[in-house]
Amino acid sequence: MSTRIERRFKSLQDENRAGLVTFLTAGDPNPEVGFDILKGLPAAGADIIEIGVPFSDPMADGPAIQASSLRAIKAGMNLAKVLESVRDFRKIDDVTPIVLMGYFNPIYIYGVDKFLSDAKAAGVDGFIVVDLPPEEETEFCLPAREAGLNFIYLTAPTTDERRLPRVVKHASGFVYFVSITGITGTFAASASDVEGHVARIKKFTHLPVCVGFGIRTREQAAEIARIADGAVVGSVLVDIVAANVDLPSLPEKVFELVRCLADGVRLAR
Amino acid sequence: MSKPNTFRAGVDEDGHFGIYGGRYVAETLMPLILDVEKAYDIARADDSFWSEFNDLMKHYVGRPSPLYFAKRLTEHLGGAKVYFKRDELNHTGAHKINNTVGQILLARRMGKTRIIAETGAGQHGVATATVCALFGLPCIVYMGETDVERQAPNVFRMKLLGAEVRPVTSGTGTLKDAMNEALRDWVSNVEDTFYIIGTVAGPHPYPTLVRDFQSIIGEEVREQIQEAEGRLPDILVACLGGGSNAMGLFHPFLDDEGVRIIGVEAAGLGLDTDKHCASLTGGKPGVLHGNRTYLLQTSEGQIIDGHSISAGLDYPGIGPEHAWLKDTGRVEYVSATDSEALEAFQLCTRLEGIIPALEPSHALAYVAKVVPAMEKETLLVMNMCGRGDKDIFTVAKHLGVEMKGE
Ligand SMILES: Cc1ncc(COP(=O)(O)O)c(C=O)c1O
Repeated sequence: MSTRIERRFKSLQDENRAGLVTFLTAGDPNPEVGFDILKGLPAAGADIIEIGVPFSDPMADGPAIQASSLRAIKAGMNLAKVLESVRDFRKIDDVTPIVLMGYFNPIYIYGVDKFLSDAKAAGVDGFIVVDLPPEEETEFCLPAREAGLNFIYLTAPTTDERRLPRVVKHASGFVYFVSITGITGTFAASASDVEGHVARIKKFTHLPVCVGFGIRTREQAAEIARIADGAVVGSVLVDIVAANVDLPSLPEKVFELVRCLADGVRLAR
Repeated sequence: MSKPNTFRAGVDEDGHFGIYGGRYVAETLMPLILDVEKAYDIARADDSFWSEFNDLMKHYVGRPSPLYFAKRLTEHLGGAKVYFKRDELNHTGAHKINNTVGQILLARRMGKTRIIAETGAGQHGVATATVCALFGLPCIVYMGETDVERQAPNVFRMKLLGAEVRPVTSGTGTLKDAMNEALRDWVSNVEDTFYIIGTVAGPHPYPTLVRDFQSIIGEEVREQIQEAEGRLPDILVACLGGGSNAMGLFHPFLDDEGVRIIGVEAAGLGLDTDKHCASLTGGKPGVLHGNRTYLLQTSEGQIIDGHSISAGLDYPGIGPEHAWLKDTGRVEYVSATDSEALEAFQLCTRLEGIIPALEPSHALAYVAKVVPAMEKETLLVMNMCGRGDKDIFTVAKHLGVEMKGE
């Protein structure tokens, strides 16, 4: 049985192109508009959707994503509502993979077992939990895998060749390469650096490798799409939300940028 | 829960105390944390590391700190004999320096050339800036912007010592955000930077190494009380922010069954309000800043800011070893309110001529409450972990006194 993520990468491979992975925080700027944005992402060109689960203390994220989390929490977003919006999304789209990305505490408080069964029932495909490295995988990552969901492991420039096999050992879906030693929304790595890292990761896994942190423009997205299986774009989309919180046409502004990034990715090879 | 053979075994190989502790950090940091662990394992087994540490403890920090029989307070309370462990007499005025000396020695062994720290009250920031001056290393201290205002004297002290103080406005601009910001700095400067964490919290191995450096407090007390009374104490009391001064006093006594051990948290305006900082007595287990422990949080797992009159206690978490000691029942955890602490602050100042920091004033408030009902032969040791010079403006404000020149 394959997952939506696996099927999506198969079809991307058939098209001989990389995927565009978008990240936005759930419920930002509020649950209603957040859902309008979510609904429209596939048509705008998102191949895989990462939904940020708001957390008060996102220690690996920069000010933009932290502020988006706080906006969403203030507007009443929580983990149960994130699952609800995935359920609603699945009524209109049963193919675009959805990955929930966040920190462990809200999941831990929700209850790991209940969360896994609720997430699966809602139509979630995978998880990125920033503060669960392989050393802490037994409680959630491995059970997620057993439940038939993908747990996506992060690798970083600091993950050396001795450590890589350990990190990708239980990975499924794809491997996420955090391309800079830094927080989200700061700077971009050089393409040649990224290329070397991606090649190194591929020595240890057959899974697709997506690259994120620091991609803000169509050109950068294209560059990454030439050398990796997916380009993850987050902070720049979150910035658009932040700058247009009260604008009725906010979703359209987001889609405009997504279309532009998707163009870059599609024309890269 | 079944009783373990020893309460001093420390963490398992993955850095857990029971279900608490661990290494809940982003992958970028994980290799660094493994490096710190490896370096510390080598250092702790190396006599030359400890002889350098002990030499600085003696000649720079001024240890051992006295164990002082508080005669007038004892007479006033009319119960147990009260001793103070005088860590407020340390260089820089608190126990925090024990830890920063240990960590900077480790940082130097690792060849790190840049030091970062978080601080709430500013005591840990000052202690870090101090050892950085001593060893000529650049020092950056993250401090919530509200604390920068509240603790102006310590901010100036850090600057005089050559540190850069970076006010933190992200999140809610408090101690927890200062810690987030320090972690972000570390992720961004992995090559040259060492993060000196100020309490027994954070990812493994920090809770262990900070506890080891602070254990000098309890080790000295064991010897000193034997000398003074010919036996071990009956009761130990210390205040808890992140839990480092308490762990330093408690740890050497954990396997002495006859010693009752009590930690005092900050109850702020009261545990029945939402303005307190009692993670163990008023929070529940969760994951933050690299470890699982008791946290102040909402029913949805969002972290809540703590409140306390003392800036050194208002951290929404607590060291994971304390969480474990609570669940095993080895240590009792209680709390004292802002106003109880203020009263104890004044009592101690008048009766003993010792101006305590507001943090140990919480421990003292509990002592003042329970000692009168105790037998006169009972021996109680309280950790006087900091002096109150830094707090006189806060106290004046609460007593309705206006001070000029600040
Ligand atoms: C004097 C003093 N005591 C206690 C604390 C709280 O920390 P811990 O519980 O780690 O000892 C602080 C923190 O700033 C402090 O300055």
